[in-house]
Amino acid sequence: MIQLDKVNKWYGEYHALVDVTETIDKGEVVVICGPSGSGKSTLIRTLNRLEPIQSGSIVIDGQDIYGGDVKLNEFRSHIGFVFQQFNLFPHLNVLENCSLAPTRLRGLKPAEARERSMALLERVGLAQKAQAYPSELSGGQQQRVAIARALAMEPPLMLFDEPTSALDPEMVGEVLLVMRDLASDGMTMICVTHEMGFAREVADRVLFMDAGKVLERAAPGDFFNRPQTARAQKFLTDIRTPFSSTLS
Amino acid sequence: MLELIQDYWLYFLVGQYPNGPLGGLVLTLLLAALGLLFSLPLGLVFGMARISPYRWLRWPVTALVFLVRGTPLLMVIFWAYFFLPAITGQKTDQITTMLVALVVFDGVYLAEIVRAGILGLPKGQQECARSLGLSYVETMRFIILPQALRNMLPSLVNQFISTIKETSLGYIIGLTEVSFIASQINVQVLTKSTQVYFILGLTYFILCFGLSRFAFWLEKALYRNRIVKAAS
Repeated sequence: MIQLDKVNKWYGEYHALVDVTETIDKGEVVVICGPSGSGKSTLIRTLNRLEPIQSGSIVIDGQDIYGGDVKLNEFRSHIGFVFQQFNLFPHLNVLENCSLAPTRLRGLKPAEARERSMALLERVGLAQKAQAYPSELSGGQQQRVAIARALAMEPPLMLFDEPTSALDPEMVGEVLLVMRDLASDGMTMICVTHEMGFAREVADRVLFMDAGKVLERAAPGDFFNRPQTARAQKFLTDIRTPFSSTLS
Repeated sequence: MLELIQDYWLYFLVGQYPNGPLGGLVLTLLLAALGLLFSLPLGLVFGMARISPYRWLRWPVTALVFLVRGTPLLMVIFWAYFFLPAITGQKTDQITTMLVALVVFDGVYLAEIVRAGILGLPKGQQECARSLGLSYVETMRFIILPQALRNMLPSLVNQFISTIKETSLGYIIGLTEVSFIASQINVQVLTKSTQVYFILGLTYFILCFGLSRFAFWLEKALYRNRIVKAAS
């Protein structure tokens, strides 16, 4: 479904993505992990062109997305993107957040969009909050609405950019449950996340990135039990036992 | 002073109307309101052009903004007064001249208010709208501007206050707004300059102070609204 070929990106002098080559199949759930600044978020943002790349190519469903003939808005409407900061629209209520794009871009009648949104809100367990405004919701609830909003466009591919990193610890679980539910439905998902429990249980494959390169690609069991590179070994040690490293 | 008010209040309020052109305080308020009303769309367009990704759009508007902001309103009024008839070929009346000057001047200031209103929103709002597939124009119309305009309301009221005071410069081209009328009254009465200009000053003060309190209240109300929503 997605082919990345020798993708390179620079921020000025800084080489953010280095020759990233990767193939992701339909229905796969891929977790990208790695230390901060390793290029995980940059990589996932290039997949719907929120960040331009300088060389290489990304092909999604047979379409070179940096090719000249891409209809950008149409292309983006087929990819769901969930942000770390939720980014719900604060001036619209939950239902309007979900039904705005389907009404505008898919030509749904208000009643149809409403019905579709309500079904999705039901699925993420927030149907009773349809009339609430984002500021009335907890972080976990906001992120679940954001997922429902992305799903309302019925995208075949969902991208998650650290969806639980801005949440209080007690709210992480409710968001991960929704994501697991989505994965078991066969959705193609790419998630940048630090939730190793989620990666272990839900992911088909883990990509480990450092300094703009994909250092390891493996099934979660292999990655967590037998990391190949020293960098990945250190990373896993650090997140498991936070006090093991010495301060220098 | 009461005698003064008794004799001239109507003249002060509306000028020679209905036996002559509308003037006085009503003209002042009308001009300020129309000025703001017409400059709002201009400010919206200019403000969005100022942050446009297109250089050919951004640069000329930015240049115009700096040019007008670096010029006193009096200059703009002179330009409108002498320049407009030169390009249209016919004499423009004072009200139109003043209105054109106010719209250009306010449009540029509103552009900066609009720009700040848009840039003040979290970047994620725009990114998120675009990631859903909404176009730039749709994003502006449904997501960015509704939020930005709401946040701009207090600034808009403040701009209205400035505009009310700015209309007094119409005096220079013989516009019969309230300052001009006051000076006419002063000439007719001759002996009560202090009182006449005291009343004029008081009128401006009451209007502007009242409005600035309103802007303050509006700001509080918008802020409170956010807090209440967040707490409930």
